[in-house]
Amino acid sequence: MKELIIGNKAVARGLYEGGVQVISSYPGTPSTEITEFAALYNDIHCEWAPNEKVAMEVAFGASLRGVRSACAMKHVGLNVAADPLFTMSYTGVNGGLVVCVADDPAMHSSQNEQDSRHYAIAAKVPMLEPADSAEALAFAKSAFDLSEQFDTPVLFRMCTRIAHCQGLAEIGQREEHPAKPYEKNPAKYIMMPGNAKKRHPIVEERTAKLTEYAESCPFNKVEWGKDGKLGIITAGTCYQYVKEVFGDDVSVLKLGMINPLPVKLLKDFASKVERLVVIEELDPIIESHCKNVGLEVEGKSLFSMIGEFSQQTVAKALLGSTPETVSADSPVPVRPPVMCAGCPHRGIYYTLAKNKLTVLGDIGCYTLGATPPLNALDSTLCMGASISGIHGFNKAGGAESEGKTVCVIGDSTFMHSGITGLVNVSYNASNSTVIILDNSITGMTGHQQNPTTGYNIKGDPAAKVDLESLCRAVGINRVRVVDPYDLKACDKAVKEELAANEPSVIISRRPCMLLKYVKAKAPLQVDADKCRSCKSCMRLGCPALSMKGGKAVIDTTQCVGCGVCAQLCAFDAIKEG
Amino acid sequence: MKTTNIMIVGVGGQGSLLASKLLGHLFVKKGYDVKVSEVHGMSQRGGSVVTYVRYGEKVYSPVVSEGEADYIVSFEKLEAARHAPMLKKDGKIIVNTQEISPMPVIIGAAEYPTDILEELKSKGVYVDGLDALSLALEAGSAKATNIVLMGRLAGYFEFTKEEWLTAIEEVVAPKFVEMNKKAFMLGYGQ
Repeated sequence: MKELIIGNKAVARGLYEGGVQVISSYPGTPSTEITEFAALYNDIHCEWAPNEKVAMEVAFGASLRGVRSACAMKHVGLNVAADPLFTMSYTGVNGGLVVCVADDPAMHSSQNEQDSRHYAIAAKVPMLEPADSAEALAFAKSAFDLSEQFDTPVLFRMCTRIAHCQGLAEIGQREEHPAKPYEKNPAKYIMMPGNAKKRHPIVEERTAKLTEYAESCPFNKVEWGKDGKLGIITAGTCYQYVKEVFGDDVSVLKLGMINPLPVKLLKDFASKVERLVVIEELDPIIESHCKNVGLEVEGKSLFSMIGEFSQQTVAKALLGSTPETVSADSPVPVRPPVMCAGCPHRGIYYTLAKNKLTVLGDIGCYTLGATPPLNALDSTLCMGASISGIHGFNKAGGAESEGKTVCVIGDSTFMHSGITGLVNVSYNASNSTVIILDNSITGMTGHQQNPTTGYNIKGDPAAKVDLESLCRAVGINRVRVVDPYDLKACDKAVKEELAANEPSVIISRRPCMLLKYVKAKAPLQVDADKCRSCKSCMRLGCPALSMKGGKAVIDTTQCVGCGVCAQLCAFDAIKEG
Repeated sequence: MKTTNIMIVGVGGQGSLLASKLLGHLFVKKGYDVKVSEVHGMSQRGGSVVTYVRYGEKVYSPVVSEGEADYIVSFEKLEAARHAPMLKKDGKIIVNTQEISPMPVIIGAAEYPTDILEELKSKGVYVDGLDALSLALEAGSAKATNIVLMGRLAGYFEFTKEEWLTAIEEVVAPKFVEMNKKAFMLGYGQ
């Protein structure tokens, strides 16, 4: 039976059919739905881990015990989990192990555009890359066999346009793979130098065997075109763009296993075409390999290393065609993402902006505090960097910066990588003020539970990390909670903690307005007679507020009655409707 | 058979997901190959959002490029103008005439263009504008704006009204079926 499913659901189904028993992941766009859909199967264990490194190590443990296991993460999540990955390449597996990693060319929801194929090369593990939902399911299912056959973790590369594209995929049956026996094997699993030195040659031999396998494996295929002149080597979503433009006219070598890459297969293909072009998004991985093995090939001389492609990119580069288009002459204002009406982050950001503080930020919905009119952030780097960063900033700047610098981090991000930074603040004694934006959910990726919410991935009650106790336990004496809808309380808390001569944590706590259990209040209204057009309320950057005919107006379809704007009105013009 | 390209555009949070689900479901049922492409994550927070729906005998690319869209269904006026360059020469725009100001307009850094739809029409673009929000409220909820627009889109397709209504029954949660069928018919023009 065929079903129309997004690539991530297809991966979940493939892992399930392949007999996976344990999946541990941390959410990250565009990988999140793999684990969400897998969690709907009650006969496997699925969980959200605090971060990707923990998730991968859970998968390692499950594999060591003999079951098929997996983890999923976005591209930058693999940076966090790189440590276990590189050494898992040496230990190999007991039960098959698949590491799903989703790249985000064009950075729809990411802080960089890194190409995770580099990890496959650097860690010396095989990597598969499907080109649609059907392949995502089939490849994920067979990835476990590949993992066990070659005794290696397998990287499974997705990208936004495969992960979040619905296509038809054949739904099959689950294969049961009972746990293999666990036998103590120090030489294989204890990677101390004496053992690791003996494992490294095995890794190199495995790569040689995998390269041989790549020459004729079912993941790579050649489609000979009607016209023998142009030959295109491609993979993943780029394959679809090539087929969209050329159909069956040109010859295509489609690579489904992108590490290690074949040699003979490429040379054979090259020998049968007149012009050889590699089409790949981001970095020239396939192109460089072709050149390394002595092939004359065009690639990045025609295609960019930046952003994502489309059929138009291919048509323009190879056919020189550009489409006829029509557009409005009037400028069309951009529509950047914004914090929602009633977002609990807005009140605290307003406070920080009003006090003209330097704010080191982190990764989440609250990164949107960087945008106008709040312009409340000074830096955003990676998960957890706010707390580690403010410590360095204050050590460098001394008392002067300590008094006017804070950092902000979400509840889920704090669990992911913030706690170690806070240990460092405490241990190495910086007088830093840390604000935890606790909206009681992992917001940006679409509302996933985390260790602070009290629920697990299935929505069942779970142990709940007590943030206040945790902060105190690592040595922070000044820990206080503030309601971000209360601007006066926010201002008082921030001023007092900045003035204190020791590190402090302010927990700005209110659940995300989009959570189902949070009930919106009646929308507020502006009394036009009282409005003096001072625009104080407009400094909040609330999407429900705008100026019409010189007066503030509230969009009642968006307003959730949070009341933050009313606190800014000196003329009492904003009232309950 | 040539692939048909539909774009559903709007403001993050307006509910394009159900619209694309309905289209995908109907086209698969009619035996076509289908691809539906969305972007999740940050842009959903009130930003400009796009969903591509493509169907035909064999669909390769998950996306629609400039100059390729047969139909653009826009949940908001400004978004119709933003995506007009995606339209094929004889393509059609179906647009909810509701205005939602983007942040640069709210803070006074930019202006919401007046008569933007008239401007597109003057350039020969086929624009079918309707107040889908009011029709949705008439059907019972502002959230049915998406299905009102699907009703209007349906008028341009060869599938029967009954086929669309059956598809609604199959993809919408039971307690919202009647409201959505009403919304569909209001958009469809009956």
